[in-house]
Amino acid sequence: MPAMTESLLTMTAITQLLTSTMRTTAPVLLAAVGGLYSDRSGVLSIGLEGYMLGGAFGGFVGAYYSGNLWIGLLAAMIAGALLALLYAYFAVTLGVSQAVAGTGLVMLAAGGTGFLNRVLFRSSGDFVRITPFQPVAIPGLSQIPVVGQIFFNQNVLVYLAFLLVPVTWFLLYRTALGLEIRSVGEHAKAADTVGLNVTLTRYGCVLVSGALAGLGGAYLSLAHANTFIEMMTAERGYMAFAIIIFGKYNPLGALGASLLFGFADAVQLKLQIAGLPIPYEFLLMLPYVLTLVAMVAAGRTVSPASLGTPYKKQ
Amino acid sequence: MYALETRGITKRFGSLVANDHITIGVRPGEVLALLGENGAGKTTLMNILYGLSRPDEGEVLVKGRPVQLRSPRQAIDLGIGMVHQHFMLVPAFSVAENVVLGMREKTGAVITKARLHESVREFSHRYHFDLDPSSRVGDLPVGLQQRVEILKSLYRGAQVLILDEPTAVLTPQETGELFKVIRHLQGEGKSVIFISHKLNEVMEISQRVTVLRLGKVQGTVNTAETDPPQLARMMIGRDLVHPARSRAETHGHPVLTIENLTVGQEGKRACANISLEVWGGEILGIAGVDGNGQKELVEAVFGVAAADSGRVILDGHELTGKGPAQAIDAGLALVPEDRQARGLVMDFSIAENLILETHRVAPFRRGMFIDDHRVGKYADAMIADFDIRASGGAGEPVSSLSGGNQQKVVLAREISRDPKALIAMKPTRGLDVGATEYVHRRLLGERARGKAILLVSTELEEVMSLSDRIAVMHRGALTGLVWPDVSQEDLGQLMTGAKTMFTATAPRGVGDS
Repeated sequence: MPAMTESLLTMTAITQLLTSTMRTTAPVLLAAVGGLYSDRSGVLSIGLEGYMLGGAFGGFVGAYYSGNLWIGLLAAMIAGALLALLYAYFAVTLGVSQAVAGTGLVMLAAGGTGFLNRVLFRSSGDFVRITPFQPVAIPGLSQIPVVGQIFFNQNVLVYLAFLLVPVTWFLLYRTALGLEIRSVGEHAKAADTVGLNVTLTRYGCVLVSGALAGLGGAYLSLAHANTFIEMMTAERGYMAFAIIIFGKYNPLGALGASLLFGFADAVQLKLQIAGLPIPYEFLLMLPYVLTLVAMVAAGRTVSPASLGTPYKKQ
Repeated sequence: MYALETRGITKRFGSLVANDHITIGVRPGEVLALLGENGAGKTTLMNILYGLSRPDEGEVLVKGRPVQLRSPRQAIDLGIGMVHQHFMLVPAFSVAENVVLGMREKTGAVITKARLHESVREFSHRYHFDLDPSSRVGDLPVGLQQRVEILKSLYRGAQVLILDEPTAVLTPQETGELFKVIRHLQGEGKSVIFISHKLNEVMEISQRVTVLRLGKVQGTVNTAETDPPQLARMMIGRDLVHPARSRAETHGHPVLTIENLTVGQEGKRACANISLEVWGGEILGIAGVDGNGQKELVEAVFGVAAADSGRVILDGHELTGKGPAQAIDAGLALVPEDRQARGLVMDFSIAENLILETHRVAPFRRGMFIDDHRVGKYADAMIADFDIRASGGAGEPVSSLSGGNQQKVVLAREISRDPKALIAMKPTRGLDVGATEYVHRRLLGERARGKAILLVSTELEEVMSLSDRIAVMHRGALTGLVWPDVSQEDLGQLMTGAKTMFTATAPRGVGDS
C-alpha cells in the first residue's frame, strides 16, 4: 500500500490524473452546457442522454464512411439536433409531459442506435474502429511545465468544451438574446406579451442542446473509444442533467460540477489500473455517487420558474 | 380624433358572445374608464386591443387609421401598452432587465450593465418614477412592480396605456400614487384606458366612462355628468342593494380564540404573535394587502399548516397542533381562498362536494358504503336552499358551474354543518355583483344566528361594510384592531404599517367600549 500511495502522489502521476480529468470532463461538460440552453428556455433537458447516444453513433458513422473526423462531428451535431427536434415537437408544440417525452426519447435513441449499429457494423462480430482525434499541442502554451501538459495538449473537443463555458456565460448574461432566452424560461407569457417568440426561442435552444450534447457523445466514439459501443454514454447524459441543477443553471457552476465528475472518473480509472482489490463495478460507480452526494449536500437550487411548463397562447 | 378606437368589435367563443359590437374610443390625453362586472367582456376586448386575440368582426383604429393587430408586438409598435392585472414581469430579473426585455433595437445585441442601468434610470426620472434599475423585481412591493410595468410600456413608446384592474392589488396609498402617475401621463398627452369595477375610483380618475354589460356597451357618459348609482344601474342592470346589517349588540362570548400565534421562524415570520378573539354574533374582518400573512394565519388556525407557537381554542376545545379533521369536528368551518384548488374537487359532482367533510358519518355513511339516496336528497335540498343554478342537478360536476354557483356549493357545505365559527377567506373573489351580494347576505345571516365569523378580504369595501370590528395585518403582524367607521386614510396607514391603532379590542356592548 505505501508504495502505491506514493506512486499515486508523484508529480507525474498528479499531472497525468489532471490531464485525464480534462478528458473525462469534456463529454459531460459539452452535454451540460448544451442542456443549459434548453433548461434556461424552460424546456427540461432530460433527453441529453439520448442526444449523446445519437451523437456518439452519428459521429462514428459519419467519420467511418467519410474517413473524416470533422464530417463525423458535423454528423454528430445533426444526429443530436434531429433527436432534439423530435423532442421539441412533443415538448414545445404538443405540450406533453416533458419527463415522459424526454425519457421516451432516450429509449428511442438507445434502441435505435443499438439496432442500426448491429445492422451496419456488427455482422462480423468485431468492433470496427476509426483513428481518433489526437491531442493538439498549442504552440508556446503547451511548453509551460505541468500546466501546459494539462491544459494545452488536449484534443480539439476538450478545447471546445471548455471554451463553450465562457461563451455561453457571455451569451446568457451579457447579450439581449441571452436575456430573451432566460425570460422565456422564467415567465413565458411575459416574454410573449413583449413580442418575443416563445416557441421559436424554445425550439432554437432545444436544438442547440441537441447539437452540443451530440458533440459530447461524439467525444466518446471519436476521441475516446474509437468505436461505437451500445449504451456507451453510460448515463453521462443524465449526469449532465443533474450537473446543470447542481451548477445552479449557470455555465460556471456546470463547469465546476462537471470537473468534479470528471475528476472522480479519472481517479476511478487510475484506481482500476492500480489494481486495487475492489470490484471494478464499485469503482465505476464512484463519479456518479460522488456527484450525486455533492449535489444533495449543496442544497436547493432555484430553477427557472417556467421550467418544464409548456406555453400555450390563449 | 380618437387615439385608439374600436368599431363594432364582436368576438364569439362557441355560442357565447363575449363582445357584441363594441364601439369605444379614447381621446389623446384622456382617461377613459371601462366599467363592467366580471364576465362583461372587458378582458376579451383588451386582449383584442393588445393583439392577444383576434375579433370575429369589427375593426380597431389607431389615430383614425384601421389597423390589424395580430400580436402584442404589433400593438406595441402601434403605441399601445398594457399593464396586465397579473403583472407580466420576470421576478428574477432586475427592473432594468424587465424594462428593456425584447427591445433589442434600443439595447443593442450586447448589454452592458452600467449603460443599461444608466439609460433606464434616466428614463425613469423623466416620468418621476423613483425606481432603482438594479433592484430585483420580485423583491419590490406590488405598487412599485406596477410602476415597472407602466415604465415598460412607456419605454416601448406607448401612447395609449391600458390598465387592467390596476388597483385590485394596491393599498389606498398606492392607489393614490397610481392616480398621480396617471394624471402626470395625461399631462404628457398620453391616453389611458382604466378598467375597473370600482365605482368610486372610476369617478375619481376618469373623464368619460364606458359601461359594459354581458358583452354589450350600455353607454358612454361623461364622468362629470354621472354618479355612482347611475353607473351601478348601467353596470348590473338594476339598483345596487347594500345588505342591511342590523346593529345588534354582541350577545355572545369569545368563540374562536387565537393566542400569540406565530408561523415561521425568526427572521422570516409569516405571522408574528397574532392574538384575536372572535365573538359569537360578530364578523371580525381582517384587512390587509394580499400576502401579509393572512393566508398563513388562516391555515394555521384551521390546522392545514402547523403553527410554530401559540394556541387556537374553539369554544373551549383546544385546537392547537390538531389537524383540519379535528377542527371540522370541533365546529370550525372554512371557506378557502381558492375555491377551485382548495374548496372543491372540480371533477366531483355537486352532491359529492357537498358531503366532502361529512361522508364519514351518518346519515351519509351506511356501513362501508355511502348512502346515495340520502346524499341525493340532501343535495337537492341544498341546491334549493342556496339557489345553486345547475342544469344537470345534484349529479352535475362542479367544474361546469359558474364561479358564483361554485362558491354557493362551498358555502352550503360549510354553513349547513352548523359550525360554531366560520372562517371566510376572500369569499367573493372573482364573483359578479349578484353572487357577491348573495355571499354577503349569507354571511350576515350566520352572524345573526350567533356564529363567530372571521372574514379575510383584500377588498376594503367588503371588510368595511360587513365587519363589526376590523383587524389589520401588515408583514405578519397585527397593526390594528378598529371599528368599521375608521377612515380610509387610517386604514391605509395601518395596512402599510405606518402606525398601529387598537381601539376595538372587544365587541361593542362588551366591557366599557
